[in-house]
Amino acid sequence: MTMPLYASPEQLMRDRSEYARKGIARGRSVIALKYVDGVVFVAENPSSTLHKVSEIHDRIGFAAAGRYSEYESLRRGGIRHVDLWGYSYDRRDVSARQLANVYAQTLGTIFTEQVKPMEVELCVAEVGDTAATDQLYRLTYDGSIVDEPQFLVMGGHTDPIVTFVKESYVEGQTLRAAVGLALRALTSATSNGAAADPPLGRLEVAVLDRTRPRRAFRRVEGAALDALLPVSETAPDADEESPAKPVEDVQLPPDDAGA
Amino acid sequence: MEHISPRGGLGTGLPSAYLSAGTSSFTDFLRVQAPELMPGGTGGKPMTVDARFEPRQDVPHGTTIVAVAFAGGVLIAGDRRATQGHIIAQRDVEKVYVTDDYSSVGIAGTAGLAIEMVKLYTVELQHYEKIEGVALSLDGKANKLSSMVRGNLDVALAGLAVLPLFVGFDLVENRGRIVSYDITGGRSEERAGFHAIGSGSLYARSSLKKLYEPGADRDTAVRAAVEALWDAADDDSATGGPDLARRIFPSIVTITAEDGAVRVPEDEAGAVAEAVVAGRAERPRG
Repeated sequence: MTMPLYASPEQLMRDRSEYARKGIARGRSVIALKYVDGVVFVAENPSSTLHKVSEIHDRIGFAAAGRYSEYESLRRGGIRHVDLWGYSYDRRDVSARQLANVYAQTLGTIFTEQVKPMEVELCVAEVGDTAATDQLYRLTYDGSIVDEPQFLVMGGHTDPIVTFVKESYVEGQTLRAAVGLALRALTSATSNGAAADPPLGRLEVAVLDRTRPRRAFRRVEGAALDALLPVSETAPDADEESPAKPVEDVQLPPDDAGA
Repeated sequence: MEHISPRGGLGTGLPSAYLSAGTSSFTDFLRVQAPELMPGGTGGKPMTVDARFEPRQDVPHGTTIVAVAFAGGVLIAGDRRATQGHIIAQRDVEKVYVTDDYSSVGIAGTAGLAIEMVKLYTVELQHYEKIEGVALSLDGKANKLSSMVRGNLDVALAGLAVLPLFVGFDLVENRGRIVSYDITGGRSEERAGFHAIGSGSLYARSSLKKLYEPGADRDTAVRAAVEALWDAADDDSATGGPDLARRIFPSIVTITAEDGAVRVPEDEAGAVAEAVVAGRAERPRG
Protein backbone atom coordinates (compact mmCIF):
# COMPACT_ATOMS: atom_id res chain seq x y z
CA MET A 1 0.00 0.00 0.00
CA THR A 2 1.38 3.38 -0.95
CA MET A 3 1.19 6.37 1.31
CA PRO A 4 -0.57 9.33 -0.26
CA LEU A 5 1.69 12.34 -0.51
CA TYR A 6 0.82 14.89 2.12
CA ALA A 7 1.20 18.60 1.71
CA SER A 8 -0.23 21.10 4.17
CA PRO A 9 -2.92 23.44 2.83
CA GLU A 10 -0.65 26.42 3.51
CA GLN A 11 2.07 24.84 1.43
CA LEU A 12 -0.35 24.05 -1.41
CA MET A 13 -1.69 27.61 -1.54
CA ARG A 14 1.81 29.07 -1.34
CA ASP A 15 2.99 26.89 -4.21
CA ARG A 16 0.02 27.77 -6.37
CA SER A 17 0.42 31.50 -5.63
CA GLU A 18 4.07 31.36 -6.52
CA TYR A 19 3.30 29.48 -9.72
CA ALA A 20 0.65 32.01 -10.75
CA ARG A 21 2.80 35.02 -9.86
CA LYS A 22 5.71 33.71 -11.89
CA GLY A 23 3.46 33.16 -14.88
CA ILE A 24 1.99 36.65 -14.69
CA ALA A 25 5.37 38.29 -14.16
CA ARG A 26 6.59 36.94 -17.50
CA GLY A 27 3.99 39.02 -19.35
CA ARG A 28 4.09 42.67 -20.30
CA SER A 29 2.34 45.32 -18.27
CA VAL A 30 -1.08 46.89 -18.57
CA ILE A 31 -2.09 50.18 -17.00
CA ALA A 32 -5.67 51.31 -16.45
CA LEU A 33 -6.22 54.78 -15.11
CA LYS A 34 -9.03 57.24 -14.73
CA TYR A 35 -9.10 60.46 -16.72
CA VAL A 36 -11.60 63.26 -16.97
CA ASP A 37 -14.04 61.49 -19.33
CA GLY A 38 -13.68 57.93 -18.06
CA VAL A 39 -11.02 55.25 -17.99
CA VAL A 40 -8.07 54.70 -20.32
CA PHE A 41 -6.25 51.38 -20.80
CA VAL A 42 -2.66 51.37 -22.02
CA ALA A 43 -1.03 48.02 -22.66
CA GLU A 44 2.25 46.99 -24.12
CA ASN A 45 1.26 44.41 -26.69
CA PRO A 46 3.33 43.31 -29.66
CA SER A 47 0.29 41.78 -31.36
CA SER A 48 -2.32 43.98 -32.96
CA THR A 49 -4.94 41.22 -33.13
CA LEU A 50 -4.56 39.29 -29.86
CA HIS A 51 -5.99 41.98 -27.66
CA LYS A 52 -5.37 42.52 -23.97
CA VAL A 53 -8.07 45.13 -23.71
CA SER A 54 -11.64 44.54 -24.79
CA GLU A 55 -15.22 45.68 -24.61
CA ILE A 56 -17.51 43.72 -22.31
CA HIS A 57 -20.69 45.75 -22.34
CA ASP A 58 -22.01 49.22 -23.13
CA ARG A 59 -20.23 50.90 -20.20
CA ILE A 60 -17.82 48.14 -19.16
CA GLY A 61 -14.31 47.40 -20.33
CA PHE A 62 -11.87 44.61 -19.59
CA ALA A 63 -8.10 44.40 -19.50
CA ALA A 64 -5.89 41.50 -18.59
CA ALA A 65 -2.30 40.44 -18.11
CA GLY A 66 -0.87 36.95 -18.02
CA ARG A 67 -1.57 33.90 -20.12
CA TYR A 68 -3.57 34.79 -23.23
CA SER A 69 -5.61 31.59 -23.59
CA GLU A 70 -6.79 31.82 -19.99
CA TYR A 71 -7.87 35.44 -19.89
CA GLU A 72 -9.40 35.07 -23.35
CA SER A 73 -11.70 32.34 -22.04
CA LEU A 74 -12.56 34.52 -19.03
CA ARG A 75 -13.27 37.42 -21.37
CA ARG A 76 -15.65 35.30 -23.46
CA GLY A 77 -17.31 34.03 -20.31
CA GLY A 78 -17.76 37.56 -19.07
CA ILE A 79 -19.29 38.75 -22.33
CA ARG A 80 -21.68 35.81 -22.34
CA HIS A 81 -22.61 36.43 -18.75
CA VAL A 82 -23.37 40.15 -19.12
CA ASP A 83 -25.16 39.72 -22.45
CA LEU A 84 -27.39 37.03 -20.94
CA TRP A 85 -27.93 39.21 -17.88
CA GLY A 86 -28.76 42.27 -19.97
CA TYR A 87 -31.03 40.23 -22.23
CA SER A 88 -33.03 38.66 -19.44
CA TYR A 89 -33.37 41.89 -17.42
CA ASP A 90 -32.26 45.15 -19.03
CA ARG A 91 -28.99 46.49 -20.40
CA ARG A 92 -28.89 49.03 -17.57
CA ASP A 93 -28.96 46.26 -14.98
CA VAL A 94 -25.51 45.06 -16.00
CA SER A 95 -22.81 46.38 -13.68
CA ALA A 96 -19.06 46.02 -13.34
CA ARG A 97 -19.42 45.24 -9.64
CA GLN A 98 -21.60 42.28 -10.45
CA LEU A 99 -19.29 41.05 -13.20
CA ALA A 100 -16.25 41.48 -10.94
CA ASN A 101 -17.96 39.32 -8.34
CA VAL A 102 -18.56 36.57 -10.87
CA TYR A 103 -14.94 36.72 -11.98
CA ALA A 104 -13.78 36.62 -8.37
CA GLN A 105 -15.88 33.51 -7.74
CA THR A 106 -14.59 31.85 -10.89
CA LEU A 107 -10.95 32.59 -10.17
CA GLY A 108 -11.33 31.65 -6.50
CA THR A 109 -12.94 28.32 -7.32
CA ILE A 110 -10.25 27.44 -9.85
CA PHE A 111 -7.52 28.51 -7.45
CA THR A 112 -8.71 26.27 -4.62
CA GLU A 113 -10.09 23.31 -6.55
CA GLN A 114 -7.83 22.85 -9.54
CA VAL A 115 -4.23 21.79 -9.52
CA LYS A 116 -3.15 24.66 -11.73
CA PRO A 117 -4.34 28.18 -10.92
CA MET A 118 -5.07 30.67 -13.70
CA GLU A 119 -2.02 32.78 -14.47
CA VAL A 120 -3.99 35.95 -15.04
CA GLU A 121 -4.71 39.30 -13.51
CA LEU A 122 -7.87 41.10 -14.63
CA CYS A 123 -9.22 44.60 -14.59
CA VAL A 124 -12.94 45.33 -14.91
CA ALA A 125 -13.83 48.99 -15.36
CA GLU A 126 -17.10 50.82 -15.73
CA VAL A 127 -17.84 54.45 -16.50
CA GLY A 128 -20.82 56.12 -14.90
CA ASP A 129 -22.51 59.42 -15.66
CA THR A 130 -19.97 61.35 -13.62
CA ALA A 131 -16.32 60.78 -12.73
CA ALA A 132 -17.37 60.01 -9.15
CA THR A 133 -19.29 56.93 -10.27
CA ASP A 134 -16.49 55.40 -12.37
CA GLN A 135 -15.37 52.04 -11.06
CA LEU A 136 -12.10 50.19 -11.40
CA TYR A 137 -11.72 46.63 -10.06
CA ARG A 138 -8.62 44.52 -9.94
CA LEU A 139 -8.96 40.74 -9.77
CA THR A 140 -6.06 38.46 -9.05
CA TYR A 141 -5.44 34.77 -9.74
CA ASP A 142 -6.73 33.70 -6.29
CA GLY A 143 -10.07 35.47 -6.67
CA SER A 144 -9.33 38.47 -4.49
CA ILE A 145 -10.97 41.66 -5.61
CA VAL A 146 -9.81 45.21 -5.02
CA ASP A 147 -11.68 48.42 -5.81
CA GLU A 148 -8.98 50.81 -7.02
CA PRO A 149 -9.69 54.52 -6.58
CA GLN A 150 -7.40 55.97 -9.29
CA PHE A 151 -5.38 53.53 -11.35
CA LEU A 152 -4.09 49.99 -11.48
CA VAL A 153 -1.06 48.31 -12.96
CA MET A 154 -0.95 44.62 -13.88
CA GLY A 155 1.61 42.23 -15.32
CA GLY A 156 5.31 41.82 -14.77
CA HIS A 157 7.71 44.24 -12.98
CA THR A 158 4.95 46.51 -11.82
CA ASP A 159 6.71 48.13 -8.86
CA PRO A 160 8.57 50.88 -10.74
CA ILE A 161 5.44 51.57 -12.81
CA VAL A 162 3.22 51.80 -9.74
CA THR A 163 5.68 54.16 -8.06
CA PHE A 164 5.89 56.33 -11.15
CA VAL A 165 2.13 56.55 -11.69
CA LYS A 166 1.47 57.19 -8.00
CA GLU A 167 3.86 60.14 -8.04
CA SER A 168 2.59 61.71 -11.24
CA TYR A 169 -1.15 60.95 -11.11
CA VAL A 170 -3.49 63.94 -10.94
CA GLU A 171 -7.29 63.91 -10.71
CA GLY A 172 -9.26 64.97 -13.76
CA GLN A 173 -6.42 64.86 -16.28
CA THR A 174 -7.07 64.93 -20.00
CA LEU A 175 -6.80 61.86 -22.19
CA ARG A 176 -3.56 63.12 -23.70
CA ALA A 177 -2.04 63.65 -20.25
CA ALA A 178 -3.21 60.24 -19.08
CA VAL A 179 -1.77 58.41 -22.10
CA GLY A 180 1.48 60.38 -21.75
CA LEU A 181 1.71 59.44 -18.09
CA ALA A 182 1.07 55.76 -18.80
CA LEU A 183 3.64 55.74 -21.57
CA ARG A 184 6.31 57.35 -19.38
CA ALA A 185 5.47 54.86 -16.65
CA LEU A 186 5.91 51.90 -19.00
CA THR A 187 9.19 53.38 -20.22
CA SER A 188 10.40 53.82 -16.65
CA ALA A 189 10.03 50.09 -16.14
CA THR A 190 12.02 49.11 -19.21
CA SER A 191 14.72 51.74 -18.69
CA ASN A 192 16.21 49.81 -15.77
CA GLY A 193 17.87 47.22 -17.95
CA ALA A 194 18.36 48.73 -21.36
CA ALA A 195 18.27 52.30 -22.57
CA ALA A 196 14.92 54.09 -22.42
CA ASP A 197 12.90 52.57 -25.21
CA PRO A 198 9.32 53.80 -25.28
CA PRO A 199 7.10 50.98 -26.55
CA LEU A 200 5.72 53.07 -29.41
CA GLY A 201 4.26 50.91 -32.13
CA ARG A 202 3.63 48.14 -29.64
CA LEU A 203 0.97 50.00 -27.73
CA GLU A 204 -2.61 48.95 -27.35
CA VAL A 205 -4.72 51.86 -26.17
CA ALA A 206 -8.47 51.92 -25.56
CA VAL A 207 -10.83 54.16 -23.64
CA LEU A 208 -14.15 53.96 -21.90
CA ASP A 209 -15.49 57.39 -22.73
CA ARG A 210 -18.64 58.49 -20.90
CA THR A 211 -19.38 61.13 -23.55
CA ARG A 212 -19.97 58.49 -26.22
CA PRO A 213 -23.69 57.86 -26.66
CA ARG A 214 -24.31 54.13 -26.34
CA ARG A 215 -21.17 52.06 -26.29
CA ALA A 216 -18.48 53.79 -24.26
CA PHE A 217 -15.63 51.55 -25.38
CA ARG A 218 -13.39 52.74 -28.19
CA ARG A 219 -10.03 51.52 -29.42
CA VAL A 220 -7.54 54.30 -30.04
CA GLU A 221 -5.53 53.22 -33.06
CA GLY A 222 -3.63 54.59 -36.02
CA ALA A 223 -3.81 58.34 -36.53
CA ALA A 224 -5.96 58.85 -33.42
CA LEU A 225 -3.26 57.21 -31.31
CA ASP A 226 -0.42 59.14 -32.95
CA ALA A 227 -2.24 62.36 -32.14
CA LEU A 228 -2.34 61.40 -28.46
CA LEU A 229 1.30 60.43 -28.07
CA PRO A 230 3.50 63.06 -26.43
CA VAL A 231 4.91 65.70 -28.75
CA SER A 232 8.42 65.28 -27.33
CA GLU A 233 8.60 61.78 -28.83
CA THR A 234 7.84 63.12 -32.27
CA ALA A 235 9.84 66.32 -31.93
CA PRO A 236 11.78 65.88 -35.20
CA ASP A 237 8.52 65.50 -37.10
CA ALA A 238 7.11 68.62 -35.48
CA ASP A 239 10.21 70.54 -36.57
CA GLU A 240 9.79 69.32 -40.10
CA GLU A 241 6.16 70.31 -40.12
CA SER A 242 6.60 73.85 -38.96
CA PRO A 243 8.67 75.02 -41.94
CA ALA A 244 6.31 73.10 -44.20
CA LYS A 245 3.33 75.21 -43.20
CA PRO A 246 4.53 78.55 -44.60
CA VAL A 247 5.29 76.77 -47.85
CA GLU A 248 1.68 75.66 -48.01
CA ASP A 249 0.58 79.21 -47.43
CA VAL A 250 2.76 80.38 -50.25
CA GLN A 251 1.39 77.68 -52.50
CA LEU A 252 -2.22 78.50 -51.70
CA PRO A 253 -2.71 81.59 -53.86
CA PRO A 254 -1.77 79.85 -57.15
CA ASP A 255 -4.25 77.08 -56.24
CA ASP A 256 -6.96 79.65 -55.67
CA ALA A 257 -6.07 81.40 -58.88
CA GLY A 258 -6.18 78.11 -60.73
CA ALA A 259 -9.63 77.36 -59.29
CA MET B 1 -22.19 37.62 -1.68
CA GLU B 2 -24.84 39.53 -3.56
CA HIS B 3 -24.38 37.84 -6.87
CA ILE B 4 -26.87 35.27 -8.02
CA SER B 5 -25.92 33.78 -11.33
CA PRO B 6 -28.86 33.20 -13.63
CA ARG B 7 -27.64 29.66 -14.29
CA GLY B 8 -25.72 28.51 -11.28
CA GLY B 9 -26.60 28.80 -7.65
CA LEU B 10 -25.51 31.32 -5.06
CA GLY B 11 -21.84 32.21 -5.09
CA THR B 12 -20.74 29.99 -7.94
CA GLY B 13 -18.45 31.23 -10.65
CA LEU B 14 -18.98 31.02 -14.36
CA PRO B 15 -20.03 27.51 -15.49
CA SER B 16 -17.61 25.78 -17.83
CA ALA B 17 -19.95 26.32 -20.80
CA TYR B 18 -19.35 30.06 -20.42
CA LEU B 19 -15.58 29.65 -20.54
CA SER B 20 -15.42 27.29 -23.52
CA ALA B 21 -14.22 28.54 -26.87
CA GLY B 22 -17.47 27.23 -28.34
CA THR B 23 -19.79 29.41 -30.34
CA SER B 24 -19.63 33.13 -31.01
CA SER B 25 -23.39 33.25 -31.45
CA PHE B 26 -25.48 34.57 -28.60
CA THR B 27 -28.59 32.82 -29.94
CA ASP B 28 -26.88 29.42 -29.85
CA PHE B 29 -25.61 30.15 -26.38
CA LEU B 30 -29.05 31.23 -25.21
CA ARG B 31 -30.70 28.13 -26.68
CA VAL B 32 -28.48 25.91 -24.56
CA GLN B 33 -28.17 27.99 -21.41
CA ALA B 34 -31.56 29.65 -21.10
CA PRO B 35 -34.03 28.17 -23.59
CA GLU B 36 -36.97 29.77 -21.75
CA LEU B 37 -35.69 33.19 -22.86
CA MET B 38 -35.82 32.40 -26.57
CA PRO B 39 -38.42 34.38 -28.54
CA GLY B 40 -41.61 32.35 -28.68
CA GLY B 41 -40.75 30.87 -25.32
CA THR B 42 -40.80 27.23 -26.39
CA GLY B 43 -37.06 26.86 -26.15
CA GLY B 44 -36.83 25.63 -29.70
CA LYS B 45 -39.09 22.66 -29.01
CA PRO B 46 -41.89 22.31 -31.55
CA MET B 47 -45.23 23.47 -30.23
CA THR B 48 -48.56 21.93 -31.13
CA VAL B 49 -49.74 23.65 -34.24
CA ASP B 50 -53.20 23.88 -35.70
CA ALA B 51 -51.97 24.58 -39.16
CA ARG B 52 -54.51 27.16 -40.14
CA PHE B 53 -52.04 29.92 -41.01
CA GLU B 54 -54.28 32.91 -40.70
CA PRO B 55 -53.11 35.95 -38.82
CA ARG B 56 -54.57 35.79 -35.36
CA GLN B 57 -56.84 38.70 -34.57
CA ASP B 58 -56.32 38.76 -30.80
CA VAL B 59 -52.71 40.00 -30.62
CA PRO B 60 -51.22 43.32 -31.80
CA HIS B 61 -49.78 43.42 -35.29
CA GLY B 62 -47.35 45.85 -36.82
CA THR B 63 -48.01 46.93 -40.35
CA THR B 64 -46.13 48.79 -43.08
CA ILE B 65 -42.36 49.17 -43.47
CA VAL B 66 -40.61 50.68 -46.50
CA ALA B 67 -36.93 50.74 -47.44
CA VAL B 68 -35.34 53.01 -50.03
CA ALA B 69 -31.74 53.10 -51.25
CA PHE B 70 -30.18 56.46 -52.07
CA ALA B 71 -26.80 57.77 -53.20
CA GLY B 72 -24.30 56.72 -50.54
CA GLY B 73 -26.77 54.98 -48.27
CA VAL B 74 -30.09 53.38 -47.55
CA LEU B 75 -33.05 54.21 -45.33
CA ILE B 76 -35.86 52.32 -43.68
CA ALA B 77 -39.11 53.85 -42.46
CA GLY B 78 -42.22 52.57 -40.78
CA ASP B 79 -45.61 53.82 -39.74
CA ARG B 80 -46.42 53.83 -36.03
CA ARG B 81 -49.62 51.85 -35.80
CA ALA B 82 -50.24 48.44 -34.23
CA THR B 83 -53.61 46.83 -34.77
CA GLN B 84 -55.46 44.06 -33.00
CA GLY B 85 -58.23 42.87 -35.29
CA HIS B 86 -60.16 46.01 -36.13
CA ILE B 87 -58.90 47.95 -33.13
CA ILE B 88 -55.88 50.24 -33.09
CA ALA B 89 -53.79 48.67 -30.35
CA GLN B 90 -51.11 51.37 -30.23
CA ARG B 91 -50.64 54.64 -32.08
CA ASP B 92 -46.95 55.23 -31.48
CA VAL B 93 -45.37 51.78 -31.60
CA GLU B 94 -41.73 51.67 -32.74
CA LYS B 95 -41.19 49.19 -35.57
CA VAL B 96 -37.85 50.31 -36.95
CA TYR B 97 -34.77 49.45 -34.91
CA VAL B 98 -31.10 50.26 -35.22
CA THR B 99 -29.47 46.85 -34.79
CA ASP B 100 -25.81 47.89 -35.00
CA ASP B 101 -23.61 50.65 -36.41
CA TYR B 102 -24.41 49.81 -40.04
CA SER B 103 -27.69 47.96 -40.03
CA SER B 104 -31.31 48.42 -39.17
CA VAL B 105 -34.38 46.19 -39.13
CA GLY B 106 -38.06 47.02 -39.57
CA ILE B 107 -40.69 44.53 -38.51
CA ALA B 108 -44.16 43.56 -39.60
CA GLY B 109 -46.40 40.91 -38.09
CA THR B 110 -47.00 39.89 -34.50
CA ALA B 111 -45.60 42.83 -32.57
CA GLY B 112 -44.67 41.06 -29.34
CA LEU B 113 -42.67 38.31 -31.03
CA ALA B 114 -41.15 40.68 -33.56
CA ILE B 115 -39.83 43.08 -30.94
CA GLU B 116 -38.39 40.16 -28.99
CA MET B 117 -36.74 38.84 -32.16
CA VAL B 118 -35.14 42.20 -32.95
CA LYS B 119 -33.95 42.53 -29.38
CA LEU B 120 -32.24 39.14 -29.59
CA TYR B 121 -30.86 39.98 -33.02
CA THR B 122 -29.36 43.23 -31.76
CA VAL B 123 -27.65 41.45 -28.87
CA GLU B 124 -26.51 38.76 -31.31
CA LEU B 125 -24.72 41.24 -33.60
CA GLN B 126 -23.02 43.06 -30.77
CA HIS B 127 -22.14 39.81 -29.00
CA TYR B 128 -20.40 38.49 -32.09
CA GLU B 129 -18.55 41.76 -32.56
CA LYS B 130 -17.34 41.78 -28.96
CA ILE B 131 -16.26 38.14 -28.90
CA GLU B 132 -14.59 38.09 -32.30
CA GLY B 133 -13.27 41.63 -32.29
CA VAL B 134 -14.72 42.30 -35.76
CA ALA B 135 -18.29 42.88 -36.91
CA LEU B 136 -20.14 40.34 -39.06
CA SER B 137 -20.17 40.95 -42.81
CA LEU B 138 -23.43 42.30 -44.18
CA ASP B 139 -24.31 38.93 -45.70
CA GLY B 140 -23.49 37.29 -42.39
CA LYS B 141 -25.91 39.62 -40.64
CA ALA B 142 -28.62 38.99 -43.24
CA ASN B 143 -28.16 35.20 -42.99
CA LYS B 144 -28.33 35.29 -39.22
CA LEU B 145 -31.67 37.08 -39.38
CA SER B 146 -32.82 34.51 -41.92
CA SER B 147 -32.18 31.65 -39.50
CA MET B 148 -34.05 33.50 -36.75
CA VAL B 149 -37.10 33.93 -38.99
CA ARG B 150 -36.92 30.24 -39.88
CA GLY B 151 -36.78 29.39 -36.19
CA ASN B 152 -40.13 31.08 -35.84
CA LEU B 153 -41.78 28.95 -38.54
CA ASP B 154 -43.86 26.77 -36.18
CA VAL B 155 -45.22 29.82 -34.45
CA ALA B 156 -45.82 31.51 -37.80
CA LEU B 157 -47.92 28.55 -38.94
CA ALA B 158 -50.02 28.99 -35.82
CA GLY B 159 -50.88 32.47 -37.09
CA LEU B 160 -48.19 34.47 -35.32
CA ALA B 161 -45.90 35.29 -38.22
CA VAL B 162 -43.05 37.79 -37.94
CA LEU B 163 -41.50 39.32 -41.03
CA PRO B 164 -38.47 41.59 -40.87
CA LEU B 165 -37.06 43.87 -43.53
CA PHE B 166 -33.30 44.29 -43.24
CA VAL B 167 -31.27 47.22 -44.51
CA GLY B 168 -27.57 47.76 -44.08
CA PHE B 169 -24.60 49.56 -45.49
CA ASP B 170 -22.06 47.19 -47.00
CA LEU B 171 -18.64 48.67 -46.24
CA VAL B 172 -16.95 46.29 -48.69
CA GLU B 173 -19.18 46.99 -51.67
CA ASN B 174 -19.71 50.57 -50.47
CA ARG B 175 -23.46 50.71 -51.00
CA GLY B 176 -26.69 50.39 -49.08
CA ARG B 177 -28.49 47.05 -49.41
CA ILE B 178 -32.06 45.89 -48.75
CA VAL B 179 -32.90 42.29 -47.86
CA SER B 180 -36.42 40.91 -47.46
CA TYR B 181 -37.59 37.59 -45.99
CA ASP B 182 -40.48 35.19 -46.20
CA ILE B 183 -41.77 33.22 -43.20
CA THR B 184 -39.66 30.18 -44.05
CA GLY B 185 -36.53 32.28 -43.66
CA GLY B 186 -35.91 32.59 -47.38
CA ARG B 187 -33.99 35.79 -47.97
CA SER B 188 -33.92 37.78 -51.16
CA GLU B 189 -32.00 40.91 -51.89
CA GLU B 190 -34.07 43.73 -53.35
CA ARG B 191 -31.94 45.07 -56.17
CA ALA B 192 -34.59 47.47 -57.44
CA GLY B 193 -33.53 49.94 -54.75
CA PHE B 194 -36.76 49.92 -52.76
CA HIS B 195 -39.07 47.48 -51.03
CA ALA B 196 -42.02 47.37 -48.66
CA ILE B 197 -43.48 44.76 -46.32
CA GLY B 198 -46.59 44.50 -44.17
CA SER B 199 -50.30 44.91 -44.75
CA GLY B 200 -49.94 48.21 -46.62
CA SER B 201 -46.93 47.06 -48.62
CA LEU B 202 -48.89 46.66 -51.85
CA TYR B 203 -49.82 50.34 -51.89
CA ALA B 204 -46.45 51.52 -50.57
CA ARG B 205 -44.55 49.53 -53.20
CA SER B 206 -46.77 50.79 -56.01
CA SER B 207 -46.20 54.31 -54.77
CA LEU B 208 -42.42 53.85 -54.61
CA LYS B 209 -42.42 52.33 -58.07
CA LYS B 210 -43.48 55.75 -59.39
CA LEU B 211 -41.62 57.94 -56.92
CA TYR B 212 -38.28 56.18 -56.61
CA GLU B 213 -35.37 57.90 -58.31
CA PRO B 214 -32.17 55.82 -58.53
CA GLY B 215 -29.21 57.77 -57.20
CA ALA B 216 -31.32 60.45 -55.55
CA ASP B 217 -30.00 62.19 -52.45
CA ARG B 218 -31.02 61.43 -48.88
CA ASP B 219 -33.71 64.12 -48.55
CA THR B 220 -35.45 63.01 -51.74
CA ALA B 221 -35.43 59.42 -50.49
CA VAL B 222 -36.85 60.43 -47.11
CA ARG B 223 -39.64 62.31 -48.89
CA ALA B 224 -40.38 59.32 -51.16
CA ALA B 225 -40.56 56.97 -48.15
CA VAL B 226 -42.99 59.22 -46.29
CA GLU B 227 -45.10 59.63 -49.45
CA ALA B 228 -45.22 55.84 -49.79
CA LEU B 229 -46.30 55.43 -46.17
CA TRP B 230 -49.01 58.03 -46.78
CA ASP B 231 -50.26 56.06 -49.77
CA ALA B 232 -50.26 52.88 -47.68
CA ALA B 233 -52.18 54.60 -44.88
CA ASP B 234 -54.58 56.04 -47.44
CA ASP B 235 -55.78 52.63 -48.61
CA ASP B 236 -54.88 50.23 -45.79
CA SER B 237 -56.81 50.61 -42.54
CA ALA B 238 -54.08 48.94 -40.52
CA THR B 239 -51.42 51.48 -41.51
CA GLY B 240 -51.29 54.78 -39.65
CA GLY B 241 -50.64 58.05 -41.46
CA PRO B 242 -48.75 60.98 -39.94
CA ASP B 243 -50.77 62.13 -36.93
CA LEU B 244 -50.40 65.91 -36.93
CA ALA B 245 -52.70 66.42 -33.94
CA ARG B 246 -50.78 64.06 -31.66
CA ARG B 247 -47.41 64.81 -33.29
CA ILE B 248 -46.79 61.17 -34.19
CA PHE B 249 -44.68 60.82 -37.32
CA PRO B 250 -43.14 57.89 -39.20
CA SER B 251 -39.93 56.59 -37.68
CA ILE B 252 -37.03 56.68 -40.13
CA VAL B 253 -33.47 55.37 -39.88
CA THR B 254 -30.80 56.30 -42.42
CA ILE B 255 -27.53 54.41 -42.88
CA THR B 256 -24.51 55.93 -44.59
CA ALA B 257 -20.81 55.13 -44.58
CA GLU B 258 -19.93 58.34 -42.71
CA ASP B 259 -22.60 58.47 -40.01
CA GLY B 260 -23.61 54.81 -39.73
CA ALA B 261 -27.17 53.99 -38.71
CA VAL B 262 -28.87 57.04 -37.25
CA ARG B 263 -32.48 57.84 -36.50
CA VAL B 264 -33.87 60.83 -38.39
CA PRO B 265 -34.69 63.41 -35.71
CA GLU B 266 -38.37 63.81 -34.78
CA ASP B 267 -38.33 67.45 -35.98
CA GLU B 268 -37.11 66.52 -39.44
CA ALA B 269 -39.51 63.58 -39.77
CA GLY B 270 -42.30 65.91 -38.64
CA ALA B 271 -41.36 68.59 -41.17
CA VAL B 272 -41.30 66.07 -44.03
CA ALA B 273 -44.61 64.56 -42.93
CA GLU B 274 -46.22 67.99 -42.77
CA ALA B 275 -44.91 68.83 -46.23
CA VAL B 276 -46.34 65.57 -47.58
CA VAL B 277 -49.73 66.21 -45.96
CA ALA B 278 -49.77 69.78 -47.31
CA GLY B 279 -48.83 68.50 -50.76
CA ARG B 280 -51.63 65.94 -50.72
CA ALA B 281 -54.12 68.60 -49.64
CA GLU B 282 -53.42 70.31 -52.96
CA ARG B 283 -53.05 67.17 -55.06
CA PRO B 284 -54.77 64.24 -53.30
CA ARG B 285 -53.35 61.64 -55.65
CA GLY B 286 -49.76 62.80 -55.16
